[in-house]
Amino acid sequence: MRRTTYIQAINEALREEMQRDEDVFLIGEDIGHYGGLFRVTRNLLDEFGEKRVLDTPISEQAFMGMALGAATVGMRPVVELMYMDFTLVAADQIFNQIAKYRYMTGGLLKVPLVIRGQQGGGKRYGSQHSQSIESLYAHFPGIRVVAPATPYDAKGLLKTAIRDDNPVAFLEHKMLYFTRGEAPPPDEEYLIPLGKANVKRVGTDVTIATFSFCLLEALEAAEIVEEQHGISCEVVDLRTVEPMDTETVWESVAKTGRLLAVHESYANCGVGAELVARAYEEAPELLRAPARRLGMAPVSIPVSRVLEEEALPWKEEIVATVLEMARR
Amino acid sequence: MKPVKDANSAGIVARDALQSDSAAAAQPEESSAPASITTDVLPSDAAIDFDVPALPTEMLLEMYRKAVTIRLMENALLAAAEEGQIGGAMHTAIGHEANAIGAAFALRKGDYITCTYRGHHHGLAWGMDPGRAIAEVMGRSDGFAKGKGGSMHFVSPEHGMMGANGIVAAQVPHAAGLALASHLRGEDRVAITFFGDGALFQGVMHETFNIAAKWKLPLIFYCENNRYSEMTPIWRTSSIEDIFLFPRSYGMATMQIDGNDVEVVHAAVSLAAERARAGSGPTFIEGITYRLAGHMAGDLETYRPPEEVEKQEAYGPLAVLRAKLKSRGVDEESIAGIDEEVDDLVDEAVAFAEKSPWPDAAETYRDVFVEAATGDA
Repeated sequence: MRRTTYIQAINEALREEMQRDEDVFLIGEDIGHYGGLFRVTRNLLDEFGEKRVLDTPISEQAFMGMALGAATVGMRPVVELMYMDFTLVAADQIFNQIAKYRYMTGGLLKVPLVIRGQQGGGKRYGSQHSQSIESLYAHFPGIRVVAPATPYDAKGLLKTAIRDDNPVAFLEHKMLYFTRGEAPPPDEEYLIPLGKANVKRVGTDVTIATFSFCLLEALEAAEIVEEQHGISCEVVDLRTVEPMDTETVWESVAKTGRLLAVHESYANCGVGAELVARAYEEAPELLRAPARRLGMAPVSIPVSRVLEEEALPWKEEIVATVLEMARR
Repeated sequence: MKPVKDANSAGIVARDALQSDSAAAAQPEESSAPASITTDVLPSDAAIDFDVPALPTEMLLEMYRKAVTIRLMENALLAAAEEGQIGGAMHTAIGHEANAIGAAFALRKGDYITCTYRGHHHGLAWGMDPGRAIAEVMGRSDGFAKGKGGSMHFVSPEHGMMGANGIVAAQVPHAAGLALASHLRGEDRVAITFFGDGALFQGVMHETFNIAAKWKLPLIFYCENNRYSEMTPIWRTSSIEDIFLFPRSYGMATMQIDGNDVEVVHAAVSLAAERARAGSGPTFIEGITYRLAGHMAGDLETYRPPEEVEKQEAYGPLAVLRAKLKSRGVDEESIAGIDEEVDDLVDEAVAFAEKSPWPDAAETYRDVFVEAATGDA
């Protein structure tokens, strides 16, 4: 199969959906003439023109609210946040408005829009440009939350997200942008449904449930513990945080008896805490050892490479935690 | 600027009367707040001049009926709130009626409106049924949003009413998005968004001014300047008291009008809509009005003397409309007849709402997501 980058996969998904549906338009900062800070939207202005690719001033609240307005009459805006950290700048429009609009209107209106952009650490952008924000999105009812780890998933999930009648937060990761993976050529269309996890590595001793860039770290960690300690990890890529496919996770835990949730947002009150809590509520009989979660340390993300690596829940921490769990 | 420059205009007289009252009552002697607001300092090239054509008497009668309906519904809601039938925050539009009615009659079916939580008058002016509106405020199943939105979230897409909002100024970019949709689709729909003077100091307001002006969106910004941001007069919160100066600095055409006069509002909004449909971009209208009731049910109104409110009653939308009708030869009995008919109608609406069943408990969990979501709208 053809190999492509994560960025190219997203670019293709946008292009194909814009070709398919005239109501799809892109709006955000530097996405048109410049092609996006990370070049995700490059060439789309040339192909679709200024009425489909809208360069905005640096006004996140306004263009987020405008996307809502346009979506309520059937347009399908795809909003780029240059950094997902800017979610907090537009927080009223996202959490008070977009997430609640269908509910507050008693179902009279729907808001089919996508908020997409990159998040995460690893590139030394510091405290306001490196956060992972999936737990915040997942906390509020009314928004779907998607966080793909591979080019194949990024394309198939983004196409589905754009067609979804609900608002979708589509969280990309800056460390994944230049990764490559297999994906069918543009003329072979495929969609991936939201809310379906994917078992990326089969194992017998510990289930690691994760998503986004942490998936790559978890897969490497799994190789290390297998080679060095003979511990076999099954790695489940959740792909979608809301809705969360716990069924696939429980199927895996039924084999392994051990569950470790890993993600890059804070461990405190995070998606992992939620998954672990659900394990105890819904499938306690499957657990042969205490379920664990691993996330960002409770600090703002520092710039220094050494400090940033210390704060992020990556490979070494996953290895250490798996070893602790396997001993029990 | 004709309507406010006219020394005989009821609106401007009211404005000066108010300023001297509230300034005397509330300001310390050395206050830097101006003794009076002047409107003749505006650079004439940036302001839009417009004529106010006389509307047909039939239309004025219809507008009057609407205004009385709004007034009596608001009174009924305040009574119901006092009886404990309504929870939460409820903001009535008593005194604001002409802004909504003049605008609604000036726009077309298919145009869009968003507004603030003080939005009951917009709902009714745009055609929402009073019984269902009251039911919504009371949280009953016959409410437009099945009781989930309440007083602050009037919505009725079939009437173009795309949502009132509980967060100050949050509805403004929504209207810009509706205008954007119209623009992108090559339609001739316009959007109008209503907000208060207090909204001028929210950041999103200014972000939206800038984008709407730059993109020439078919949008009308309508500020219902009732002189109080909740409980605080503007001179306590801003160095600039002439609100229209803010949008003007973003390159937008502006008007400052008497918002208590339906004919003035109708003329201003008609002109703004014409400009929007012609591709000339957004217009900002500052409608000078006055809130004759508290900011919300239960407001103690310690921030203004009762005499100020009494004085303003005489310049309010109902007084202005009655004077217009009389000058057209409509007699007292006919006007009283409308008042009585509307009184009955509002009584019926209240009875309808009170009889409306409570929503089913299962309704709590509906409408969070669109189910069976994937697919075309």
